[in-house]
Amino acid sequence: MTEEEKREAFQERIDNGEKIEPKDWMPDRYRQQLIRMMSQHAHSEIVGMLPEGNWITRAPSLKRKMVLLAKVQDEAGHGMYLYSATETLGVRRKDLIEDYLYGSAKYSSIFNYPTLTFADICVIGWLVDGAAIVNQTMLAKSSYGPYSRANIRICREESFHKKQGYEMLAKMADGTPEQQKMAQDAVNRWWWPTLMMFGPHDEDSPNSEELIKWGVKTKTNDELRQDFVDRTVMEAKAIGITLPDSELKYNEETGHWNFGEIPWDEFWSVIKGDGPMNRERMKARRKAYEKGEWVREAAMEYARKQKLKEEKAS
Amino acid sequence: MTKNSNNQSEWPLWEVFYQPKDGKPFEHAGSVHAADAEMAMQNARDTYARRSEGIAIWVVPSDQITASTTEDEEPFFDPANDKPYRHPQFYSTPRAVKKRK
Repeated sequence: MTEEEKREAFQERIDNGEKIEPKDWMPDRYRQQLIRMMSQHAHSEIVGMLPEGNWITRAPSLKRKMVLLAKVQDEAGHGMYLYSATETLGVRRKDLIEDYLYGSAKYSSIFNYPTLTFADICVIGWLVDGAAIVNQTMLAKSSYGPYSRANIRICREESFHKKQGYEMLAKMADGTPEQQKMAQDAVNRWWWPTLMMFGPHDEDSPNSEELIKWGVKTKTNDELRQDFVDRTVMEAKAIGITLPDSELKYNEETGHWNFGEIPWDEFWSVIKGDGPMNRERMKARRKAYEKGEWVREAAMEYARKQKLKEEKAS
Repeated sequence: MTKNSNNQSEWPLWEVFYQPKDGKPFEHAGSVHAADAEMAMQNARDTYARRSEGIAIWVVPSDQITASTTEDEEPFFDPANDKPYRHPQFYSTPRAVKKRK
């Protein structure tokens, strides 16, 4: 088969809804796009542990501490499923991680915002994980088998994250005036950055068209964002929280909620590395990686010695 | 790439399989990196079985797995197609017998 015929056969498989598996032929660009997208997703899960881990020791009760610990552990797990899935494309995990720590790989812009109060932890669960679910439910249908399977697993766990956040926020919104103020303030700060999580407008998104053609993604950024807004407006109302957008209005014709313009300048500056927490996050990740070097080496040495001992004994 | 790339050390890769329930076949979950089998079991449990997904786990060094390739797919699995007599649908059953069911 010529390259062109292979491409056609590949596209036909995608159009028929078939899954692509690691050993299947795939266009280079498909492989590259997947590596970029999946490793970015993995890095985001790992960075996501930082703003939340920051609150484990200060959680307001033992129950909330246990919940937060479990959630942070899940984020680590999600990162691992995704790295594992990315490795099936023939790249080494070490290279992926180093390209992120010292190279050009990116992670989700949302994790470059600070968590100022415990209400932020509630809002991250409700809004940020809520947005992540919308995105990952779509990615669970992705044409690449390992990515699809990792997302199915992630979605099952993510709904716990969202529900615990929403429940906590509902409690806070129903609490003392001070707690209510804290809850509303956190929502005001996280609302727009959450909408930015879906990425630029479709017309400004350089990769979207190709990713959709190949079934890596099945919905566009703007479609996903609209899905998220539609479901979140009702949830906000139900617990007496206001969303900080004066243009939010139900559109009878479309059946969707119209919303105001996203502050795109802020989005691009965070993407370029100038968000409030970009530098701190990267510094923390590099430090963890470098200070962990001896642990990785020691474990290998220990395994080597154990093996020697066993060989001698037998 | 910069920093530690001169250091080639990376824990080996292990494939993880888990048995969802008693009597069910093992399923592939994904992979983990670990220095040895014991650590691979631990990492597999922490990564893939935090919510009682399984009752048993296998870990196998990834480089020990021999797999068929996509190019093999047709010749390798094809023979079944010209042996329809292997399937029960190949044989006819008298109408009366079918009815009784």
